[in-house]
Amino acid sequence: MNSEAKAVSGNIGLFVTCLADLFRPSVAFSAAKLLENQGFSVTVPIQSCCGQPAYNSGDERKTRGLAKQFIEQFEEFDYVVAPSGSCSSMVKIHYFDLFGSEPDWQKRSQQLANRTFELSEFLLDVLKVSLSGVDLNPSNGSEGLSDKPFVDSKITYHDSCSGLRELGIRSQPRELLKQSCGVEIKEMSNSEICCGFGGTFCVKFPEISTRMVDNKIDGIVETKADILLGGDLGCLMNIAGRLKRTGSKTRVYHYAELLALETEGDLVDDGIAGEKNV
Amino acid sequence: MEVLTHNFKPAAKKALLDKDLSAAMGRAESGFVDTRRKVTDELLNFEEFRTLGRDVKNHTLANLDYYLELFERNVIAQGGHVHWAKNGEEANRIVLDICKKADARKIIKGKSMVSEEAGTNAALERQGYEVIETDLGEYIIQLAGETPSHIIAPAVHKSKKAVTELFDRYHAPMGYETVTEHEAIVDQARQILRDHFCSADVGITGGNFLVAETGSVAIVTNEGNGDLTSCLPKVHIVTTSIEKVIPDMEALGGFLRLLARSATGQITSVYTTLFNGPKRDKDIDGPEEFHVVLLDNGRSEILGSEYQDILRCIRCGACLNHCPVYTSIGGHAYGWVYPGPMGSVLTPILVGRENAGDLPNACTLNGRCGTVCPVKIPLPSLLRKHRSDLVKAGSQGAVQKGMLSFWYVLARRPVLYGVLMRAFKTVLSLFALLDKAGQRGRIKTLPGASAWTSSRDLPAPGKSTFQALWKTAQSASNESEK
Ligand code: SF4
Repeated sequence: MNSEAKAVSGNIGLFVTCLADLFRPSVAFSAAKLLENQGFSVTVPIQSCCGQPAYNSGDERKTRGLAKQFIEQFEEFDYVVAPSGSCSSMVKIHYFDLFGSEPDWQKRSQQLANRTFELSEFLLDVLKVSLSGVDLNPSNGSEGLSDKPFVDSKITYHDSCSGLRELGIRSQPRELLKQSCGVEIKEMSNSEICCGFGGTFCVKFPEISTRMVDNKIDGIVETKADILLGGDLGCLMNIAGRLKRTGSKTRVYHYAELLALETEGDLVDDGIAGEKNV
Repeated sequence: MEVLTHNFKPAAKKALLDKDLSAAMGRAESGFVDTRRKVTDELLNFEEFRTLGRDVKNHTLANLDYYLELFERNVIAQGGHVHWAKNGEEANRIVLDICKKADARKIIKGKSMVSEEAGTNAALERQGYEVIETDLGEYIIQLAGETPSHIIAPAVHKSKKAVTELFDRYHAPMGYETVTEHEAIVDQARQILRDHFCSADVGITGGNFLVAETGSVAIVTNEGNGDLTSCLPKVHIVTTSIEKVIPDMEALGGFLRLLARSATGQITSVYTTLFNGPKRDKDIDGPEEFHVVLLDNGRSEILGSEYQDILRCIRCGACLNHCPVYTSIGGHAYGWVYPGPMGSVLTPILVGRENAGDLPNACTLNGRCGTVCPVKIPLPSLLRKHRSDLVKAGSQGAVQKGMLSFWYVLARRPVLYGVLMRAFKTVLSLFALLDKAGQRGRIKTLPGASAWTSSRDLPAPGKSTFQALWKTAQSASNESEK
């Protein structure tokens, strides 16, 4: 294990996120594994939702109710880590604005925000796993990159908007994938353009959303990638759902699912919305 | 201009089916975005300019009365007139009065979104005036009987083919030949407009910036039509709005840099013109009369409100060009003068939120607009604020409200939530069985979720929720440790 990583220790509360809990448990299992491999004890406190859907629908009263519940569930941990840019950004950025008239809660939310991280941000920026030292899977035991999983696959990456613009997450997952799996991302021209998910947007304005995801898919197809990765399940379900509907063979995974693998053969299934979707 | 904002959804759906529109928007988007990136990257301290732009605008808005009066004094001192219009109707009345006094028949116009807002063309035409738009884009949509679909590129939605057809229909009877190439199209428009420039009685332009210190009105164009519109007819009217005022020339220098780069990806616009009152004794040209009509139309209500930041807008259009919703549906679907992110913030305030509730909701909050705005308007936060005000006013749809409340009650009871999510998973898995081709991997139709499943598969959930699986795994490992 990276020596620098030892400098940081403590209990991590895993912020599972609603979509991983319901649709893709393997994302949360992968996140837990990656964190445990770095020597942390990972706890999954009972949880529901951070309140983001209510917040983006403009219902601040309900958002505050859920935010308080979330703060109570998670404030005992040294760190809170989520495999999602948009969910961690909700806690990191938006909770503060919610409690303008409740200073006590604002303070508690800020303290929690300071200890809350998106997974790749935590691994790279907080634990500072470095180019030379990274080994996300100590049990792997492989030396050269040639026997890393996916070294031969063509992989492209979608940058989800909240993570990208609110938290500045762009290089971290790419860096980790490169270090740990030897994966070089084949960039699409529109990696930073919204896929049209937008939470309730995609069902309120389904036709516009479909056009946006089609534009995204044009970019993916151009790269001829056989795997699409990203860091937010909402976007990935949207893109994967449309890819499958239009008959594409491109498989879609959360980046954590790849990082947590030891060999290519360990993949749980054909990816999000794939034929075999576990 | 007529307010059609309540019609957003059907209008957007219709726009999505328009193949020419999609092609035109696609071309425009990449053009604007790429050129903007290039010139903003070149100006190494572009971010500092953005901050400065924000701060100068904030300062001016905080002292708006002072700067507006200073501007007025300086315009008058140069022999011009300043008129204050509470709303569009008043603005049009002022313009009509001036035209009547000037005994005008033909009126030529440079681009002015404020005049679109007031519906000035229609008001003039109702009184029998001939009105000719002289910005090429505006001229094209005037022929087509349409409204602008973009605040700086009004005909961005039109293909070259559509323009050829339009010119054929209107110009052929005047003896002009069919034009199919860009240069020939521009050339033909120029020939026709030249005659209008020389025979018009009144010229109306907009104003990009009003410089208080000097009483100057600054406009930027790429065609020079604004200059001809302002100095050939004997009367020049500027239709503009109160938030366009800035303190001084130094500020103008900064804003011109920001505007050209953000709008068209130019280092500077081709023509930058400052109007300083009517023709003076020794001037060789210029109008005999110079009027500035300052429209309020609800802006002073925004001042001091939670939405004040939108008054910083310099109408560059960058937020439109970077908005994936705008570039998918074009500008007309938004149903009023201002489309895209800035429009979705401004329109509900100016026409009434209850009429325009779809606009702030038709956004994924992806945040790209906020990162390009040259005066750092927090567009996504303002859109979210609208949503919150819509909820507070009870104008949320009943279904949406019901679903959100049901979900909230559950989410506030995490244990019950867990049980129900597991049950929900089981139900979903049953629907996955309907997908015969796949192996229960995805759901193709789901009652009540057609908005998703009509165009996308839904991944089938696995056996249980993560939380339940984790718990089982933890207790199993605890068992084995014992
Ligand atoms: S809101 Fe900002 S980006 Fe949009 S038009 Fe106004 S100044 Fe330009």
